[in-house]
Amino acid sequence: MMNWRGAIAILKNELARFFRTAFGSILSPVLTTSLYIVVFGAAIGGQMDPSQFGGASYGAFIVPGLIMLTLLSESTSNASFGIYMPKFTGAIYELLSAPVGVAETIFGFVGAAALKSLIISAIILITARIFVDYEIAHPLLAVGYVVMVAASFALFGFIIGLWADGFEKLQIVPLLILMPLTFLGGTFYSVQMLAEPWRTVAQFNPIFYLINGLRWTFTGSADVPIGVAFGFTLAFLVLCVAVIAWIFRTGWRLRE
Amino acid sequence: MGGPILDIRGLEKTYKGGTKALAGVDLTINKGEIFALLGPNGAGKTTLIGAVCGLVNPTGGSIHAFGQNTAKSWREARRKIGLVPQELSFDMFDKVIRQVRYSRGMFGCPPDDARIEEVLRSLSLWDKRDAAIRELSGGMKRRVMIAKALAHDPELLFLDEPTAGVDVELRRDMWRQIDALRTAGVTIILTTHYIEEAEEMADRVGVINKGRILLVDDKDAIMAKLGRTEAHFMLAEPLAQIPADFADYPITLEDGGTRLIYRGGDGTGKGKREVAELAQRLPGFGVGYIGLETRESTLEDIFVDLVEQGAQEQAA
Repeated sequence: MMNWRGAIAILKNELARFFRTAFGSILSPVLTTSLYIVVFGAAIGGQMDPSQFGGASYGAFIVPGLIMLTLLSESTSNASFGIYMPKFTGAIYELLSAPVGVAETIFGFVGAAALKSLIISAIILITARIFVDYEIAHPLLAVGYVVMVAASFALFGFIIGLWADGFEKLQIVPLLILMPLTFLGGTFYSVQMLAEPWRTVAQFNPIFYLINGLRWTFTGSADVPIGVAFGFTLAFLVLCVAVIAWIFRTGWRLRE
Repeated sequence: MGGPILDIRGLEKTYKGGTKALAGVDLTINKGEIFALLGPNGAGKTTLIGAVCGLVNPTGGSIHAFGQNTAKSWREARRKIGLVPQELSFDMFDKVIRQVRYSRGMFGCPPDDARIEEVLRSLSLWDKRDAAIRELSGGMKRRVMIAKALAHDPELLFLDEPTAGVDVELRRDMWRQIDALRTAGVTIILTTHYIEEAEEMADRVGVINKGRILLVDDKDAIMAKLGRTEAHFMLAEPLAQIPADFADYPITLEDGGTRLIYRGGDGTGKGKREVAELAQRLPGFGVGYIGLETRESTLEDIFVDLVEQGAQEQAA
């Protein structure tokens, strides 16, 4: 039977760590994303033709992409750091010797990481409203989708945290893979604006589907069907859960 | 002492590199006792603890805690087991009381501030409850580790080198705390390098080396079986040979006949009695002495002998 108290204890502990450094944890991504919105959305975006972005202003067009950028990087890095630190300090002994299994660990570490990135994303979304006049066409779907993306990438980050045996490896995936793919996945442009072959190449980028999924919930239109984006995210989530379940069963990188 | 609380049978652990850390360990721990596991570095002490607590995947054998197989009923077993590892490992930036509450919650216990206060007070940490752990001294940090392990009221507590690197005063303080835990009914298994610690604290002692248990017995029984008395009589005049009347005593002449050495006894006081007899009788046979040094063998001597003997047997 699941140890709910244990799961909640881990969740609260991880959130407490986040709020202990709330100033840096929240302010830094909020400031960075706000600068993107101000510089690209409000300043440069004012010069761009809205017909290229389904009639929406360029500022409103990039908001979902920027939210996705925050969600992916924050979920991944929060979760990877969250599990890597106890491994690094040795405090993982307590988790391994406690009556907690894969379900409690995922609930605690991944839940906290996802929650943190959702809090930051919500703050960014509210902040963006100051600079950009955007609408959310499907608010419930938007909430469900960002929760699913946050959970998926927190799971992904958790796997990275287990895999990493040094701080450098923690940074490799978020900085060298996720960040470029997010920028190239249509955060700041529609793939319809690209010439071939780049339009086709862009569709091999998995993040392209995530950004367009969220953009669809905001504007009601996107470069890909919403079903594909949802299906892709769900498949990624299931894959990550399966990998973590395997890690706990075998003890890979956890138990000697 | 109660019945078995922990039963380990044929436990084996071979690491990926091929190192055999445990080579078929059989060990039974009784409820309410303090068991000291002695062994040199790399003997397998920490691996053994890790296997019971879930940090190490054994490659063979079985572990039953509280009558249940820990591989199957791991949740039930772990709820009742506490672990204080050798290294100081926690979130250094967190507050003492929050870390202890966290440990209690992780082990599935409901919040209980009164119990947390009791644990912290018993370890003289209550005044430091709101301090960040990194601000504490090394000894205080080690107490925080113990407080975390006690937060869920374990019935079986593992202390891996609990007093490594702490000063003498704190070590004695720790011993008092461990004794108080025993009084409260907690079964304690401690590993140590300090033989003095095992002598002072333990009801039973196990010696492990190269992944094998060499000996397990009551501490007093070990001392009785393997304890020795050594006495050096510094003779006034060199002696050519030992007088025939003393042939029954385990004595030898060394240093060119200037030193008569007794090595005997069995830890029950026999050695001291025989040395007293010798001290009385030697002058009567014209053997004068100008000095006498006596020494009882410690658990450390016994431990060293056992480990060396084990190494020789393996080499043979």
